[in-house]
Amino acid sequence: MTDVDRAPIEDWATDFDHTHPDYAARAPEVWDELRDRCPVAHSDRQGGMWLPTRHADVAAIAHDTRRYSSEGVIVSPFKPVGMAPQGYAPPITSDPPFHAEARRLLLPAFSPKEISKLEPAARASCRELLDTALADGADVVDAARQYAQHIPVRVIAEMLGLPREDGDRFRVWIHRIIEAPGARRDIAYEDTLFYYLGQMVEDHRSHPRDDLIGFLIGAEMDGKPLATEHIVGTIGLLLIAGIDTTWSAIGASLWHLAQRPDDRRRLVEDPAVLPFAVEEMLRFYAPVTMARIVADDEVELGGQTLGHRDWVLLPFPSANRDPEAFDRADEFVIDRERNRHVAFGLGIHRCLGSNLARLELTVAIDEWMRRIPDFELADPDAVLWSTGQVRGPRQLPIRLLHPEAL
Amino acid sequence: MRIAYDRTKCQGHGRCYALAPELFDADDEGYAVVRTTGPVPPELEKAAALAVDNCPEYAIELVPD
Ligand code: HEM
Ligand code: SF4
Repeated sequence: MTDVDRAPIEDWATDFDHTHPDYAARAPEVWDELRDRCPVAHSDRQGGMWLPTRHADVAAIAHDTRRYSSEGVIVSPFKPVGMAPQGYAPPITSDPPFHAEARRLLLPAFSPKEISKLEPAARASCRELLDTALADGADVVDAARQYAQHIPVRVIAEMLGLPREDGDRFRVWIHRIIEAPGARRDIAYEDTLFYYLGQMVEDHRSHPRDDLIGFLIGAEMDGKPLATEHIVGTIGLLLIAGIDTTWSAIGASLWHLAQRPDDRRRLVEDPAVLPFAVEEMLRFYAPVTMARIVADDEVELGGQTLGHRDWVLLPFPSANRDPEAFDRADEFVIDRERNRHVAFGLGIHRCLGSNLARLELTVAIDEWMRRIPDFELADPDAVLWSTGQVRGPRQLPIRLLHPEAL
Repeated sequence: MRIAYDRTKCQGHGRCYALAPELFDADDEGYAVVRTTGPVPPELEKAAALAVDNCPEYAIELVPD
């Protein structure tokens, strides 16, 4: 990509671009500035889009499924047309009334009780990754590429019933779909996620297995089996929604800890703070911004008038830093006790994988800290943040301090 | 104080039963279930306040008896 050479943004309030490298590098500053002076920014890019920045506006949109449709949740120049209320990846692209039933099918598999069973496997996986990364006595580890990115892939591949060796292919598809949507490319059909998943579903039909794909093949809505597009869309969603996001949250947490000896020490000396630290990581470094399409003729929001079919971004991370909603919003408080953060969204689309994401983030930080309690950024300029709607470090070289003591 | 829980607002974020397991449980779909009907015992008031203050949907309140 030639992103690096793009012209700087002159005015974020009237011409913002969430795919710009400057946004990747300093999104939190952009939100703070807009929240103070705007608070709903506009841009003509991508066919017209809006960026609210206050918690109150983000919450109002997330709770208003009538005027804001989920038919499109990833902004691109190509808006999905005529797919509501089911959408191409239920339930995230679904609106009421279809949404509730499509979501209810999946809730039991992602309930806290089911997800807690995965903890031993997730811990083992983190330890194995650390063993590999440190095997030859290395004192610099790319925490994003050698550690964070692999953790969610293994867990979700196992739940769905997909080969974990396909992890590299998953990441290519994810990059295409959420980090660089709408980019023009010549891709053979056999090389698309859609084709791959179709094959996997066929394979499961002929060799039934006890995993999520098998479950969806046997599931019914309104007394009828799910259409193949529904199954493929949902599996694609579960694969995509869980990997980039969790990878980002783990990476951002380690980026933070690499620069904060006080917070590292607190985690080592006071393990009971970990659950609070995890929630504060999710508040402060919330990775996910979703989108909606305006479904009404005109909607008033923060002094602006949004038009029919405009894109609206839902920056949950900006809501999480709104001083109207949080005390000391711009400070990372590792033991924050009042934390109504919205990293997992609000309303009917609340992240279905939030219990899994919390487990993975907790275990990833805990296992890292047990093994590598003291560390720093090896080269701050080499840290690379993703662009687009999922924000996190994609390259994160970390140097171990006192490796001889390990 | 008593717990007032609004099932129509709850979206299963799970903060309450993680922070105050003595007072809240999860059903099979992850929605909250309040475990007490009467007043919150004094030793659990802190846990109850934590649950209230961490629910992103404002689905739980502590109300006077
Ligand atoms: C730290 C990691 C994660 C974050 C920050 C995150 C964030 C979010 C957010 C903000 C939404 C709301 C979307 C909207 O309002 O349009 C969402 C929905 C969703 N997430 Fe996550 N997510 C994470 C991890 C996961 C994982 C591990 C999975 C599971 C495989 C997952 C599966 C889903 C699904 C299926 C939905 C759609 C739910 C619905 O529409 O009813 N996510 N996520
Ligand atoms: S924290 Fe709030 S939204 Fe979450 S389960 Fe409890 S009551 Fe429901």
